[in-house]
Amino acid sequence: MFKTSDGEEIFVIDAHIHLWDARPENQRNVHGAQFINCFHNYQKGLSPEEYHWSTEKFQYYGADILYEDVFVNGYADMAICQPTYLKEFYVNGFNTTEQNAVLRDKYPNQVLLNGAFDPRDGEPGLDALTELVEAYKVTGVKLYTAEWHGDSKGYKLTDPWARRYLEHAQGLGIKNVHVHKGPTILPLNRDAFDVADVDDAATDFPELNFIVDHVGLPRLDDFCWIATQETNVYGGLAVAAAFVHSRPRYFAEMMAELLFWVGEDKLLFASDYGIWQPKWLIEKFMAFEMPEDLKAETGVDLTLDVKRKILGLNAAKLYGIDIEAQKTKISAG
Amino acid sequence: MNAPAQQSSDQREANDQRESDVWARLATVSDPELDESVAAMGFVDTIQIDATGEVQIGFRLPTYWCAPNFAFLMAHDMREAVESLSWVSTAIISLRDHCNAKEINHGVGAGLSFGDTFPGQTAAELDKLRATFRRKAFKRRQELLLRHLKGADMTPQQLCAMHMGELATLPLEDDEALNLRARYQEIRGEFGGPAGEGDLAFTTDSGEMLTPDGFGDYLQDLRRVRVNAEFNANLCRGILQTRYGETAEE
Repeated sequence: MFKTSDGEEIFVIDAHIHLWDARPENQRNVHGAQFINCFHNYQKGLSPEEYHWSTEKFQYYGADILYEDVFVNGYADMAICQPTYLKEFYVNGFNTTEQNAVLRDKYPNQVLLNGAFDPRDGEPGLDALTELVEAYKVTGVKLYTAEWHGDSKGYKLTDPWARRYLEHAQGLGIKNVHVHKGPTILPLNRDAFDVADVDDAATDFPELNFIVDHVGLPRLDDFCWIATQETNVYGGLAVAAAFVHSRPRYFAEMMAELLFWVGEDKLLFASDYGIWQPKWLIEKFMAFEMPEDLKAETGVDLTLDVKRKILGLNAAKLYGIDIEAQKTKISAG
Repeated sequence: MNAPAQQSSDQREANDQRESDVWARLATVSDPELDESVAAMGFVDTIQIDATGEVQIGFRLPTYWCAPNFAFLMAHDMREAVESLSWVSTAIISLRDHCNAKEINHGVGAGLSFGDTFPGQTAAELDKLRATFRRKAFKRRQELLLRHLKGADMTPQQLCAMHMGELATLPLEDDEALNLRARYQEIRGEFGGPAGEGDLAFTTDSGEMLTPDGFGDYLQDLRRVRVNAEFNANLCRGILQTRYGETAEE
């Protein structure tokens, strides 16, 4: 819960956190080492200095530190664990549903657990998805379309198997599909970050909500356009939010674009913890004001009401959370 | 003792000249995704020139995972640009700390196409990808110039009716404005229809006329492309600096 200086309470749902294991003994190869190094550079590149971690801590922080950072110091009332398997890079996976379930089981009122699937797992993967949904009772999935898988360097949501998986997931009661675009996809001549397949999938699966991580960055322009057309396409603010500290003017310009095209009802706050910590992100986000010139030019503003939606109300709607009831549950422990 | 010292000083001068020739060529090579030069982005960090005119260029990117297709295009374009210098016998481009460094260095060095560099992993060459981002570059450059001219008190009516010849002779004063105009003129022939002196300076990328009524909405549409490109360039600079501890030129 964030309290404004006027004592107003803001219910916070962090829509994207991780509990990963990137310790050297879990790294399968150089790609595993480079993957976590890259994340660590994002932390160091965009966080205030006091929030930079050592390599050891960044590779593995565990459930207790996460709880402290996200829920005790980080203002979050709830947070959504988004798994990223990366079995090609990490022996036991990087951040699996199973690993994240430990956290959810410990803090069931505050942690929302999502699952994942990979359409390249074919027929057996469909059964595994059924088992996953039954075992962990998830209502959302996180898809990382650039994940390596044997010889494949990624997939698109329009691939026939991806469509079969989406159909199957919908049949199992999945409502929310978080999509993360990454850098490698086959064939390599295509733009791996292209978000056009989200557009097609969103049209074909109107009952599902598609939450595009990092608001489609580095294709924010195309994402904005798609989210304008498709009522069931949302944007997660991880990465983008971190600019509030290092580059506030670009953060302002980007928020103005997002509010103009995508709208205040379709943006979700996300820290991407442990890359960034919700404490400083939320403090700076709450203190941030849209510059006058951008307000005048685009006609949008980042008012307290808009901030409240982005920080929690929008995610609560997607996940069917009754905030008042949830507050009672949380305070009862 | 004087003569050799003199000679080496001349040689040094010649070498400095050659190195600045190479930098000048690299300044013309863009990261297609960002429409910023590989030199200005700080991607190139070493240039070595030997007596036979062989130039070795080392570069690295903000992450190990940066898209291999764009990395290939940059390496390919750098080789072509530097080899266009008359004194250069060959330019060897060497990407490092990247998941496809080996393939890209080999492919560009051997003069292979993208398809032959990544056999079985690509369905076509990179022309379409390059064209997509060149179109975005057109929009971004146009928006920046229009915004600047609008800020200098030109009206939408004037801008919508302006011809290429008028644009070329506009009395612009500061370096920024001159640079924005030059960058726009450089790309205008590729998009927006005929670009002769008597043709409209500002049209949509497909060559449609702009109208004063729709001008505001049109700019807002272009703005999206620019904000995205600038955001990405900032992110790339920040992460490059964190990865290598060097400051790239703004």
